[in-house]
Amino acid sequence: MQEPSVQPAHVHAPPEGFLRKHVFSLDHKVIGKQYYGLGLLAVFIGMVLSWLMRFHLVWPTVSVPGLEFLSKVGAPGGVITPEYYLSLMTMHGTLMVFFVLTNAPFAGFGNYFLPIQLGAEDMAFPRFNMMSFWVTFVAFLVLITTFFIPDGPPISGWTAYAPLSAVGNDAGPGLGWGQSLWAISIAIFCIGQLLGSLNFIATTLDLRTKGMTLMRMPACTWAWFITACIGLMAFAVLLPACLLLILDKLAGTSFFIPSGLVVGDKLQPHAGGSPLLWQHMFWFFGHPEVYIAILPAMGIVTHVLVTSMRKPMLSAKVIIYSIMSIGFLSWLVWGHHMFVSGMNPFSSLLFSFPTLTITIPATIVTLIWLGSLYGANIQINSASLFALGFISMFVSGGISGFFLAQPSIDIYLHATYFVVGHFHMVMGVAAIFGIFSGTYFWYPKMTGRMMNETLGKLHFWFSFIGTYCIFMPFHYLGLIGNVRRYSTFVDDFMAPYLPVHKFISIAAFITGAGQFIFLFNLFYSRFRGKQAPANPWNATSLEWSIPSPPPWDNFGGKHPVVYHDAYQYGVKGSLGDYVMQDSPETILEE
Amino acid sequence: MSITAFPPVTRQAPPLHPRGSGGANVAGIEPRSPSASTSGVWIGIFAITMSFAAFTSALFVRQGSGDWIHVVLPRLVYMNTGVLLLSSLTLEMSRRAFAGAPKGNAGALRRSVLWLGITLVFGFAFVAGQYQVWKQLAAQGLYLATTSNSSFLYVLTGVHALHVLGGIAGLLRLLARMTRKQITLPMSSVANTAIYWHFMGILWLYLLLVITVRL
Repeated sequence: MQEPSVQPAHVHAPPEGFLRKHVFSLDHKVIGKQYYGLGLLAVFIGMVLSWLMRFHLVWPTVSVPGLEFLSKVGAPGGVITPEYYLSLMTMHGTLMVFFVLTNAPFAGFGNYFLPIQLGAEDMAFPRFNMMSFWVTFVAFLVLITTFFIPDGPPISGWTAYAPLSAVGNDAGPGLGWGQSLWAISIAIFCIGQLLGSLNFIATTLDLRTKGMTLMRMPACTWAWFITACIGLMAFAVLLPACLLLILDKLAGTSFFIPSGLVVGDKLQPHAGGSPLLWQHMFWFFGHPEVYIAILPAMGIVTHVLVTSMRKPMLSAKVIIYSIMSIGFLSWLVWGHHMFVSGMNPFSSLLFSFPTLTITIPATIVTLIWLGSLYGANIQINSASLFALGFISMFVSGGISGFFLAQPSIDIYLHATYFVVGHFHMVMGVAAIFGIFSGTYFWYPKMTGRMMNETLGKLHFWFSFIGTYCIFMPFHYLGLIGNVRRYSTFVDDFMAPYLPVHKFISIAAFITGAGQFIFLFNLFYSRFRGKQAPANPWNATSLEWSIPSPPPWDNFGGKHPVVYHDAYQYGVKGSLGDYVMQDSPETILEE
Repeated sequence: MSITAFPPVTRQAPPLHPRGSGGANVAGIEPRSPSASTSGVWIGIFAITMSFAAFTSALFVRQGSGDWIHVVLPRLVYMNTGVLLLSSLTLEMSRRAFAGAPKGNAGALRRSVLWLGITLVFGFAFVAGQYQVWKQLAAQGLYLATTSNSSFLYVLTGVHALHVLGGIAGLLRLLARMTRKQITLPMSSVANTAIYWHFMGILWLYLLLVITVRL
């Protein structure tokens, strides 16, 4: 039987011309960078939106210069209206979850490094790969368009709960074409992600080079593979959900709009729809989406930490099995977002158990990281600092999950800042720390230049302290009863806690400003950074066996042969303290 | 971190490594699945199955609302079903002819192209037939938004027809590659397109069951 890894069926010719090289490239490395770039653009817009929201929360009557040009109705004289606050919130959530947390750690780094770490010269379907990015880019443009239409962006949040999202303009601004474009954008995004996931899975199954058994794959490759499996199922459900929402909005069907619904003194011409149906379909995607964001970061952190520790993890295998279990359990827990939706209380119990169970593999992974760190002579650099920061965020944000997983406690905490603090730390900032860690680690490979370490460390401390200053107080506010999605708290029972909000807002401005250190480092190092050798971190996986940056066909037309597990560090008797995966050197059992 | 250049590791011969949990050594590795395209088709089929499972779940949940007025299906639907199933048969004939054609066997290749052509005619006939079904439903006054049942009927049949059109595009691509002077068509391409096309038939049978029993 033909061995596909030796003669891959899908090899494209060397790229020629500007368009083929940099725009409509079939090269997985260029596509990975494009995804990363799109994530960077989206995170910048998302961060500015969060600044505007934080500003409005504490200075609700103060004008933001220039904002009236973005929306005359939403920000007359530069002062944000309560409705426009909700629009900004919707766009912040949508951009961050879809275009940042899905794009950068999974599609960005995954595209760039998965084929190289497997010893392949490209993805299994390079054309699908190119399509998946450009489809995602179109989805991004459609979403951003909502800022510039008279209707404005939708006000229904990134979860677009029906019937609010389905009834149209009667229910508020942004719910007409704004909401329709939102649904169309997300549907297009789903198609892009499905194509991407298909590619990741087929590549991992079929294009591994000789000797690269499944258990020899690096932890991040495993994480991308499992994430792709989750993505394939999750986006295949969100796509039909969006289609039904679009039909409710544009074709007059009643999938999600119930009978007798009166909005704005108008009886809605719909009958029999089920708002809960949207929640089920959305969260069946939405909860796995959390793992689509976090699992690649867990893989990257494992990869970076083990390299910095110069010794193997206590058990890299158990980390992989735990990530698999998390992936599997992620399908059984979606109802924990719906404890107060009015569904049967027994269902809540049924969703509560697997939710608590999922903390077991998550804890195992964390304990393996911590146990491996014990006694390790860890090399502190920007990449490993962000990896350690990830663990800190993951633990701090994860612990509040224990409380929220229990229906009786969640009834009190639901829709408060406690939940907002929880998910921002555990999936938002933690995943972003994973992206940062990966960036500082792989930048030399991707560009051939080293990033500036001093700026990197400065960036870390800004981000790390800043994140705690912003999101820890969220938990306390939530416990007091501070509900989310309110645009101001000036004349209600929350007024005494306004100083806490002020503290958070100022911390958000400073932490956000600190990110420009990263942005500067990213561009400055590209041209002025120190030249990077092929393997600056003395790492073992295949991406470090080729030049920095890699040639277009990765391994120069050859196919590497893999002899070892991914992480042979601290090997006694070896010439170095590590043995690369493609080194035929014999490693003797101690 | 200090960057130290270690002396290059001496490349030695023995590839065996007692340590390491990677399982067998290089010599003992089994060959993997023959083609990424085959995996791709199956992964795609899995995703499509998930989507239709989502539609079906939505249908069951939505039925709970009680405003459920059964649709009387036009008889043409059953004829379309027959046509689609026949097309699977003819495609299988084409695939077998292509597989049985050793290099240069023009007769077998001609048979393969012929059966493929017939499959395409059936494929187009199915889509045209479904279009006729929608027109007949519209003539009864049943449009997309008329009742919840008609909504699901149009959505399920419409999304299925879109996927069939994708299959037709794949068949046309095969036909184009089979009728070139220099044929460089791997058997796996024919087999993979056939897998997808047969799946369209199976999916349709499932949808027909759901539609007749539930809608």
